[in-house]
Amino acid sequence: MTVADTGTASATRVHRRRPRILRNLASKTASIPMVATVLVIFIGCTLWTVIYSFTKSRLLPVPLFETMPLFSIPVPHLLASDGSWDFTLITGLKSSSFVGTDQYDRLWGTRRWIVSIGNLGIYGLCSMTFSLVIGFTLAALLDRKIRFENAFRTIILYPFALSFIVTGLVWQWILNPNFGIQKVVRDLGFENFVFDPLYNDKYVVYGILIAGLWQGTGLVMCLMLAGIRGIDEDIWKASRVEGIPVWKTYVMIVIPMMRPVFVTSVVIIGAGIVKVYDLVVAQTSGGPGISSQMPALYVMDKMFKDQNLAQGFAASTVMLMTVAIILIPWAYFEFGRKKNV
Amino acid sequence: MSDATQFTPRGPRPRRIFSAPNIFLYGTLTVVAAYYALPLYVMITTSLKTMDEVRAGNIFSLPTQWTIEPWIKAWATACTGINCDGLSRGFWNSVRILIPSVILSISIASVNGYALANWRYKGAEFFFAVLMIGAFIPYQVMLYPIVLVLRAVGDFFGFQLYGTLGGLVIVHTIFGMPILTLLFRNYFSSLPEELFKAARVDGAGFWRIFFQVMLPMSLPIFVVAMILQVTGIWNDFLFGVIYTKPDIYPMTVQLNNIVNSVQGTKEYNVNMAATLLTGLVPLVIYFASGKLFVRGVAAGAVKG
Repeated sequence: MTVADTGTASATRVHRRRPRILRNLASKTASIPMVATVLVIFIGCTLWTVIYSFTKSRLLPVPLFETMPLFSIPVPHLLASDGSWDFTLITGLKSSSFVGTDQYDRLWGTRRWIVSIGNLGIYGLCSMTFSLVIGFTLAALLDRKIRFENAFRTIILYPFALSFIVTGLVWQWILNPNFGIQKVVRDLGFENFVFDPLYNDKYVVYGILIAGLWQGTGLVMCLMLAGIRGIDEDIWKASRVEGIPVWKTYVMIVIPMMRPVFVTSVVIIGAGIVKVYDLVVAQTSGGPGISSQMPALYVMDKMFKDQNLAQGFAASTVMLMTVAIILIPWAYFEFGRKKNV
Repeated sequence: MSDATQFTPRGPRPRRIFSAPNIFLYGTLTVVAAYYALPLYVMITTSLKTMDEVRAGNIFSLPTQWTIEPWIKAWATACTGINCDGLSRGFWNSVRILIPSVILSISIASVNGYALANWRYKGAEFFFAVLMIGAFIPYQVMLYPIVLVLRAVGDFFGFQLYGTLGGLVIVHTIFGMPILTLLFRNYFSSLPEELFKAARVDGAGFWRIFFQVMLPMSLPIFVVAMILQVTGIWNDFLFGVIYTKPDIYPMTVQLNNIVNSVQGTKEYNVNMAATLLTGLVPLVIYFASGKLFVRGVAAGAVKG
């Protein structure tokens, strides 16, 4: 290294002697927002909610260490200074803010929450299965070196650009029994045709599912298409030489090779499922009755409407646990794979 | 011309356009595309019909009597609660939320991604990992404590933060950070390291390299980030409901209030015009940006 200017060289030396914390200072300064977000929001706020889910907070969060006397026993003892008797109160203090798992007991005893969890289960299972199957099938169709591939892809992906509110409202309109599909089919002469998923408490989840899939499958298709395109062309040549049918090549060879893409898709879809909120608000607001409630709606109502904060915290902690159950195996899989490579 | 080899068939046999597999392939794709396009078509046609025709007709038919009245009404006079100035209020609120949020979140995330890619320090990997995990925490877990944080920070500096535009901008910046940081970090890592080293040898520092070497090379990734943020923030509903007040509700919240209000007769044509108006901004961005949009949404799938 040729450093002509001696000033630069000495500056470099000074730089090296700076204490550890001050080294790379600009980079650390630039990271302050990230560090603050991680510490205050992602770690701090999450822990806060988990801790307060064990309290009896209602309208406002209770002070954590609010205490009250549990018992007080006067104990007589001799005062050293003048020989007279005095009493000292020995008090047992109990922290009254914490109510143990009461909130969780109440949560799992609430019908609305049970319905929510059931709905999330059905919605999640169907959404996951159909997203993967439809997404992969469409990607495979688009992969067949067709004309107008871009046009097809553009049409299938555009709903993903729309908000859940817009999605929910459009499908609310199309599924409206008095004006939508049901009426059109009835006008064709099928007088007894019934298709009113949003007004039927047995099928309302599937009504939401239709809208959710319409919005989200385009993304899965794009991920899958990228995955299929990433597979070595020689695999195809080999399978053609062997005379394996195309569909069989996809099912038996391509899908197993695309395991990482499937895992990524599962994680992305799964994280979206647990968060489902806007879509339900726009389509049904949880109705008819409580038949299309979802955990996120329960949390929001308890925290911001019913003034029952701790109940909302408990419910959201359960949501967090659900995500952790999906996420931890994935992280394990990821890191395990990296170690092997 | 007399050469016989000229006439022997060469290359693969041309595929006939109307072969059975092709009919199946294009048939399926056309049906699927029609299904995906249907809601947009229904939105457009319904919004251009008169209410009489909506009541009498078929939602899939074209309007017999075209009218733009519903659009005008949705934009200027539709009611939410006591306000009857239409969606225009929500539109401008969304614009006012969008611009500072996009600028702030992208500036912070790009510098942050650059620091993580080129100026690693001890602990950087840990914070980045937690940031990535944080992207998967359900928002509901953090919503309430963030209200308290915004209040406390506002009180400390002596101004209102919760319930104002500023608060919402901060929230959007926070929740946009994981995906944007990932995007920028991966991009800056993929640039040739020699450029960075050459600039270092020439004596450029952190900021100078960022502004004079990195920025001019990274226009595409900024466009991708912008697409991601503009559609994401425009489509947001949850944060708008929680962190703003009715006066400054973004467009999505106002739309939901207009359409799902229980008072008055339902004007479906106005509702659809309003829905389409709200979806117009992301739709225009989507159709204009083409492959860059795909790159943006697939960014989540790219592993760091």
